[in-house]
Amino acid sequence: MITPMIKLENAELHYKVGNAMSAMMGLPSTVKAVDGVTFSLNRGESVGLLGESGCGKTSLGRILVKLEKVTSGSARFDGDEIGQLKGENLRRFRARSQMIFQNPFDAVNPRYSIRKTLEEPLSNARIVRSEWNERVIASLELVGLGDPKQYLERFPHQLSGGQLQRVVMARALILEPDFVVADEPVSMLDVSVRAGVLNVFRDVRDRLGLTAIYISHDLALVRYVCERTIVMYLGRIMEDGPTEDIVHEPLHPYSQALVAAVPTPRTDQSHDPLPIGAGAPDPRNPPSGCVFRDRCPQAADRCAAEVPLPRPIGSRLVACHLAER
Amino acid sequence: MPETPAVVPRSGIARFFNSMQLPVGDPFTLAGLIIYGFFFVMAVFAPLIAPYDPIEILYTSDYDLASDLFPGERGHILGTTSLGRDIFSQIVWGARSALLVGLTAAFMVAFIGSVVGLLAGYFGGWVDAVLMRLADIAFGIPFLPFVIVISAFFEPSIWNTVIAMALVLWRDTGRVIRSQVLSLRSRGYVEAARVSGSSDLKIILRHITPNILPLSFLYGSIAIGWAILTEASISFLGFGDPDAISWGFMLQDAFASQALARQAYHWFIPPGLAIILVVSAGFFISRGYEDLLFPKLGR
Amino acid sequence: MTEPLLSIRDLSIAYEVGALDVFAVSHATFDVPKGAIVGLVGESGCGKTTMARALTRIISDNARIAGGEMHFDGQDLVALSEPKMNALRWRDISFIPQSAMNSLDPVYRVEYQLLEVLRGRGGLTKRDAKKRAIELFEMVGIDAGRLRDFPHQFSGGMRQRVAIALALALNPKLVVADEPVTALDVIIQRQILDQLQYLQQQLGLSVIIVTHDISVVAYTCDRTVVMYAGKVVEDCDTATLLAAPLHPYTMGLKNAFPDLKSAGSGILTPIAGSPPDLVNPPSGCRFAARCPFVTDLCRAEDPPLVKKTAGHVVACHRSDEAEVLREQAKQPGTWEAGA
Repeated sequence: MITPMIKLENAELHYKVGNAMSAMMGLPSTVKAVDGVTFSLNRGESVGLLGESGCGKTSLGRILVKLEKVTSGSARFDGDEIGQLKGENLRRFRARSQMIFQNPFDAVNPRYSIRKTLEEPLSNARIVRSEWNERVIASLELVGLGDPKQYLERFPHQLSGGQLQRVVMARALILEPDFVVADEPVSMLDVSVRAGVLNVFRDVRDRLGLTAIYISHDLALVRYVCERTIVMYLGRIMEDGPTEDIVHEPLHPYSQALVAAVPTPRTDQSHDPLPIGAGAPDPRNPPSGCVFRDRCPQAADRCAAEVPLPRPIGSRLVACHLAER
Repeated sequence: MPETPAVVPRSGIARFFNSMQLPVGDPFTLAGLIIYGFFFVMAVFAPLIAPYDPIEILYTSDYDLASDLFPGERGHILGTTSLGRDIFSQIVWGARSALLVGLTAAFMVAFIGSVVGLLAGYFGGWVDAVLMRLADIAFGIPFLPFVIVISAFFEPSIWNTVIAMALVLWRDTGRVIRSQVLSLRSRGYVEAARVSGSSDLKIILRHITPNILPLSFLYGSIAIGWAILTEASISFLGFGDPDAISWGFMLQDAFASQALARQAYHWFIPPGLAIILVVSAGFFISRGYEDLLFPKLGR
Repeated sequence: MTEPLLSIRDLSIAYEVGALDVFAVSHATFDVPKGAIVGLVGESGCGKTTMARALTRIISDNARIAGGEMHFDGQDLVALSEPKMNALRWRDISFIPQSAMNSLDPVYRVEYQLLEVLRGRGGLTKRDAKKRAIELFEMVGIDAGRLRDFPHQFSGGMRQRVAIALALALNPKLVVADEPVTALDVIIQRQILDQLQYLQQQLGLSVIIVTHDISVVAYTCDRTVVMYAGKVVEDCDTATLLAAPLHPYTMGLKNAFPDLKSAGSGILTPIAGSPPDLVNPPSGCRFAARCPFVTDLCRAEDPPLVKKTAGHVVACHRSDEAEVLREQAKQPGTWEAGA
């Protein structure tokens, strides 16, 4: 059996917040950013992590590039427990697993030229200097910045958001990693620029055979990039399956609300109220049982008492007591 | 948006000056820099400028003590003390002490404070806890008495004064740099560097330090004024280095010789004025830096 | 046809950059009918935010209205004196800035900030103001019991609703919202847009929504004005704009947006290139460099804004050929390398 590239089992990431005072007042003291997530990713798969703010998708992405460590459960990369990687193993991991950040202007050092930004990973991986120029130019060509000489000596503030985000991608790809986590890579870009960057991402992913996790709160974008989607809410998985299936026939009540909420460039969209309660998820004080129950239009008594575990329904896993094919 | 091409100098030295971001726009700051420049030149070329050895007791051609001379008499620009020492020479050489003390102490304060701030801010955890407790202790120690005690226990010398100051004054810098590092640490490019595999040391040196250097310079420049004042105070109180002529020492001498009663203004006005000028200059320069680093505070 | 509430005619706004004047908005002309929601759409730098701010005459110190007129309810806002303009602000026209959720003062309770507007600008008594505050919260869908909370106790979406409540406090005739839902999650976004539409219907207000997202405009706006490089390039009702646009830029924009309701995931086609530098704008049509249908005439002469049908104006030399061009625009190959 081939080891999956990524394997998470009951991964949890809990933060402690507050102090002795707030504890005395009975205020919640733990933020459960990720609360029991299990899934595997095979080589070459692209999965979208879909959910709103506070659902844990970003934390999960950070765990997978070792910017955070699970507080319980397991997170493995190619069989190795990520949190325990050290020394030479860690260096190799860093070359194989990369992240594309959300805000391009924040993700590059404003004092570094583009060339210097791109050279940093090469230096860390101890690539010989003589190869640097060639690799830097190749990485820019890979992301569609066709005339690399034009960009190399410039500084971040001289580039547009779309161009800079491509540089961020180039930096992530320069060591030819196996696995990439893209954390809302286009959310800070103008909507008319997104298409270009997304196309580059898709193209590069296909060309390099990357395994990718695409984090977003926009189902339309996830659909454009990923054949599989995992819907998250308050640190847990609600639905996990082929993207097209989720878009056309969402089974989990939360997925149903998400699908209904995505705006399209058509004037014939339904203006019906969304099948979801008002209020925002609070990772400090999640409801008992099913974490979605206080906003779910179909919530029953069982939902408060028992945590629904993801169970297979057709092509997907759905964490809902009431979902049936 | 029209883009302005950035001109970032490539050579190391030019980049260093650029990162210091000397503020020359504001007239006060410019005045401060000119005053500093003036005293700096005075200090460096002291042997050439000062007509006499500052400690040397001078005699007139009639073998009398050349004491209590008023400015202008017998070629002494600022007169002489009651012991027969040339005041102008003392001022000139005093600039040397002042700047030596000021710059060294400022450098040490900025250095210690920055290193502490970097380590505490970047590593967090127990490193942060320990270093910040040390800072708390430093905050708790009353500055001048501490410096006096150190000078009293070890031999009173200019270097002991400097060390004593550095041991206590780093606390402000440390706190501020630590805050800055904390906010820098969560910047995207620092995290990107970690994901790219950069070691902690590399991240600290390449990404964080260049961004805190202007703040270090700012606090360093504030410390210069404090250092000079402190040294003057120590010397005035008599705990200073007896072998080094400093402006504080001159004030002490003037006081001991009952300058005011004898209306010998030329004994204390020159050193007093020199101290005021240098300390004010330091303040103006640090104001200029502050405006440069935090422009929104001004509005 | 009834008199529009707001009528912009030939408006130009310039920024002083060094010794130069950079025109962020050039000769803009469009109308906002009474009781309609109008979208002002375009990419970053097209001048839409400057335009929106100019409506309440809150533009930066180094900017000035360099020409044109803004007729609002019978008065020309450009010519109005500052005291008279100030009397209009918040009472007749109100403005919700970008990231309004971050513009609430964190040290004051939300009720206090509402009362400040109601009493200070509206002249209401304390009792009436408190009643109105409860009314406003109910209108925007927040539990009135939360009036005494501080801004940080609300989520982003709720703070945005508070910002809307503040804008509606004195019953304005026109609300200008700059990117009101851009930073919000998709479910909250939808709820806020629903709320805006509901309020607009209930109160009969006119709303201008400034955004770079055509999907938001498609969902919410009756009419849409498309801006590019400081100029208005197309202006018509939203349905026609999306189904049968006349300007190549609008045709290109549609291709750049993913459509969830479409069958497959499709291909997104960006418009290659970027907007021209406004310090030195080109002499002909500003979209010429990126337009796949450009001709020599386009490069030489800036097309004027002409009325094609009732309620549809466009600035393009080739607008008569729009039907043919639209077909071509649907092919991704057309947009490959711009012109």
